[in-house]
Amino acid sequence: MTHPTDRVRRHGRRSRSASAGLPTPGSARRRRGQTALRLLLVALFTAGLAALTPGVAQAEGEQVSGTLRTSASGPIEGVEVVVATPDGDEVGTDETDGSGRFAVPVPGPGQYTVTVPEDALPDGVEFASGNTRTVTVDPGRNQGVIIGLDDGSRESGSGTVRWVQLLVDGLRFGLLIAMAAVGLSLIFGTTGLTNFAHGELVTIGAIAAWFINVEGGVPLIPAALLAMVIGAVVGFANERLLWRPLRRRGTGLVAALVISIGLSLLLRYAYQIFFGGRSEAYADYRGQRAVDYGPFNLTDKDLYSIIIALVVLVLVALMLQRTKIGKAMRAVADNRDLAASSGIDVNRVILVVWMMGGALAALGGVLLGLSDEVQWDMGFRLLLLMFAGVTLGGLGTAYGALVGSLVVGVFVQMSTLVIPNDIKYVGGLLLLIVILMVRPQGILGSRVRVG
Amino acid sequence: MGEFIDALAIAVKAGIGFQAVFLALLALGINMQFGYAGLLNFGQIAFALVGAYGIAVSVSQWGLNFWAGVAIGLAAAVALALLLGLPTLRLRADYLAIATIATAEGLRLLFRSVSATPVTNGSRGISGFNSGFVELAPWDTGRRYDILGVRWSGADLWVAAVGWTLVALGCLLVWALVRSPWGRVVKSIREDEDAVRALGKNVYVYKMQALVLGGVFGALGGMIYAVGTGSATPDQYQNANTFLAYAALILGGAARVLGPVVGAMLLYFIIQFADSGLRSLIETGVIPEGLLTTTDVAQIRFVLIGLGLILLLVFRPQGIFGDRREVMLDAR
Amino acid sequence: MPADPTPTGATASGATGPAGRTPARVALRDVPWEVGVAKPDPAIVVDGVTRTFGGLTAVSVDHLEIQRGGITGLIGPNGAGKTTLFNLLTGFDQPDGGSWSFDGRPLGKLAPHQVARLGVVRTFQLTKALSRLTVLQNMLLGAQGQKGESFLSALVPGIWRGQEKANTEKAMELLRRFKLDAKKDEFAGTLSGGQRKLLEMARALMSDPKVVMLDEPMAGVNPALTQSLLGHVKDLREEGMTVIFVEHDMDVVRDISDWVVVMAAGKVIAEGPPESISQNQAVVDAYLGAHHDAPLTVEEEDRVLAEAESEIAREEQRDTGRSDDSSEGTLR
Repeated sequence: MTHPTDRVRRHGRRSRSASAGLPTPGSARRRRGQTALRLLLVALFTAGLAALTPGVAQAEGEQVSGTLRTSASGPIEGVEVVVATPDGDEVGTDETDGSGRFAVPVPGPGQYTVTVPEDALPDGVEFASGNTRTVTVDPGRNQGVIIGLDDGSRESGSGTVRWVQLLVDGLRFGLLIAMAAVGLSLIFGTTGLTNFAHGELVTIGAIAAWFINVEGGVPLIPAALLAMVIGAVVGFANERLLWRPLRRRGTGLVAALVISIGLSLLLRYAYQIFFGGRSEAYADYRGQRAVDYGPFNLTDKDLYSIIIALVVLVLVALMLQRTKIGKAMRAVADNRDLAASSGIDVNRVILVVWMMGGALAALGGVLLGLSDEVQWDMGFRLLLLMFAGVTLGGLGTAYGALVGSLVVGVFVQMSTLVIPNDIKYVGGLLLLIVILMVRPQGILGSRVRVG
Repeated sequence: MGEFIDALAIAVKAGIGFQAVFLALLALGINMQFGYAGLLNFGQIAFALVGAYGIAVSVSQWGLNFWAGVAIGLAAAVALALLLGLPTLRLRADYLAIATIATAEGLRLLFRSVSATPVTNGSRGISGFNSGFVELAPWDTGRRYDILGVRWSGADLWVAAVGWTLVALGCLLVWALVRSPWGRVVKSIREDEDAVRALGKNVYVYKMQALVLGGVFGALGGMIYAVGTGSATPDQYQNANTFLAYAALILGGAARVLGPVVGAMLLYFIIQFADSGLRSLIETGVIPEGLLTTTDVAQIRFVLIGLGLILLLVFRPQGIFGDRREVMLDAR
Repeated sequence: MPADPTPTGATASGATGPAGRTPARVALRDVPWEVGVAKPDPAIVVDGVTRTFGGLTAVSVDHLEIQRGGITGLIGPNGAGKTTLFNLLTGFDQPDGGSWSFDGRPLGKLAPHQVARLGVVRTFQLTKALSRLTVLQNMLLGAQGQKGESFLSALVPGIWRGQEKANTEKAMELLRRFKLDAKKDEFAGTLSGGQRKLLEMARALMSDPKVVMLDEPMAGVNPALTQSLLGHVKDLREEGMTVIFVEHDMDVVRDISDWVVVMAAGKVIAEGPPESISQNQAVVDAYLGAHHDAPLTVEEEDRVLAEAESEIAREEQRDTGRSDDSSEGTLR
């Protein structure tokens, strides 16, 4: 309870810690906090350097590269891709290889157009929106180019019903969002922190699994398990090295929120440095063909993603419902002070929430990387949809996050029935704003407590 | 040594160039919203986007006069602020934060989408709309001028001059407002809006006014950036810029009239100095290629900004010049 | 109306003498000690107001009248719904049903600031001093009808200078009366808990209220200040204001109330002059529970304590859908 005395005490404490901009002797807590921060920085940089080494063998000079493939057709081999300047002068061509890749070196930074011949695609595959792309290449960059292809798997192909297909895709996507969002919601519930760096937990999972899988040659399933462990460790580090010390100092919610944004920026661009701006697929389960299930098609990896996500989320729900720690989590999220007064070790519960949140986000990242490839900012792009899901379900409740995320996933996919594919996220974000307007407490949130 | 001085000169130029004006205007708006009124607008770049496209679309696509474009851009920013504020300003602070961040990302995606291409020209963006503005310069914009050892194009100089004038006028407006009873109500809302309600003030209206005013500053920033670069592309308006502006504001000191301006100049100086410094260190081999390449430098800037934001808020939340007393009392 | 704002802290309470002789006391002398009884001159009338949180009924008041010009004490065990009733009456919370009026004017659909403008001003259980504003600025915020509080007039100091000066004088008089004048330029956040309570009360008086609702004005105040605070509350009555206050300390309630209303589990369970309350069986039961003969075991005490705390927390967080900084202040 925030009684005036409490507030005074907090201010007293704060004034001590804020009394000097530079380290001063005499404040042990402050020193500990600083040490923690330094450790975090060192850890980040070492992790960074370790991850950097395999990445530097990249080609020097600018080039344009990309991949031609769809889920139904697999990689498309032997297509001649032409790169030209905006004036039409041909710069170079490349034929796609066995995994559908092409790469054309270009003379320098600037704008280039990438063209795939109209008739080069196999039967059943069409351009989603034109066969030409214009890209801007920055100095020294390998600029990825995405040629949107449509293989009919998302359209009414052989017997599939489009809305059923989209519903299934949406459920799959929603489950992935849910997996990442449970942690976000529980962290908000237990600590009040709106963690804008949660997307980076998703990315670290995907990237860690990619390095273990592709660079380390470990099959994807053990790699994913390792990535979950790494996610949990990162969650642990987040709580112990940053957020717990900040809570002790009585850091304001807004300051904490901006700090999480800083952390998000830091990590995200560190990932880009170490992982690069390209998108990469895992070594396993490439080029799967979609299996026909009547009204919808699904690749095996997507099917297993759905099953894994469902099993994990059911386990999480059971844990929250049945186990002692799960009940403690809900109790802390519901009313922290009451929980503390009934003998629950709140800090321990929060630590477990962070670790669980980290592991779940990492798994979500791996599954997302499996379906959409691994990218340095994949988590950040997912973050807004996670927020949408969490807000929709009611901030701070675990089940609300589950339901809300599923609704968001389905909505985003099914919105392509009426709006173009490239602005489907806009639809999701619009949904978020409409929800805020109509029912700010979310679907499951009661009117009493939103937080 | 020569490289060091070059890097310094480039950094100084960046600190007073139109990019710094852009950042200063974004931060000026955020200062009104976040610094004084306590509103969490994490999508300030969306206001810059609509401001810039207000001019770009009006002039290049619809063939209107440049000043009509400015008016349309400002009107769009006001409309956006109202749209964002109406549903969220009655709710707790994080709702506005989530709505604005979502809008910033959503608008950028929308503007670069295929369906918006007839209006916005998609991800290629629009150019050729600033001649009406550049022609107004009292000097020859085609020439280059040497100032303090840095070469400026006449056009850049003109944009920067107009930009800094706008910043000065903006600061004056903010100064006049925050010393008035209006400013007192707004600052009180930041502290505790229920207390303000209990004293008979319509909190919602004040929050909305602060949001709109801040959004208009953001739109002006976007316009300066657009006329400065001579083009408007959606990806110039990444939301990372909003956080850059937050960093500038906190660096210079939130809730201080000149805080955002000083912060923006300093931040741009630091970024550019770090950037060219790092590049020359890599090129001269001081930093081995195996560790970093010049291509990584652009990303390192953001890493440093993120790190700087964290360290500032943890160790010096009042900014470089801020009043420590005030921050100590900040219960938020 | 505060007819005579002279500093009368101690003398007024002395002049009033024994509680039996206040005008309100005299007027209420013949009113029966019954729940929902009609008063000779009611300022506030509450009818059938209910408020449920989830399945829990926080407030369910059939009929309640508050005598004009008197001090009405509102007491009850933790979780009785006292603060919730305050929130409902002042527009900070919406009921599930019912109506209430002030001077015959229904307040049901009004927002908090509209209620305040009618002259019904409240304070909060958790003091809402505006930390990063000075004491004087806190006071000035309380003044009503300020021209400089509108956006455009704020830019023309000539419009509001004169009014500001008059308000400052009025504020300084009140500050002298509350012995806070020496602190006028200090940030309110640096005041002690008791001084904040005083400031909040003084700030409420800046609005020339007709009804003052004080939520636990003595909570967390050191005993030395309690007497002075009590004196100020009695002064309000001298000036003709209607005072409603929530309090736990029975001695305080006995000392200053003209009438006492007892709530338990959301209902009004007893009404009457202070001396009638301690003998009331329903009140004793409500405070001690049904098993008050047998001493509570440790576990039961813990349970009761926990329930009470959760109740308080619930009340504090009643409207987190709206912004509520007090309970969401820092990282938990």
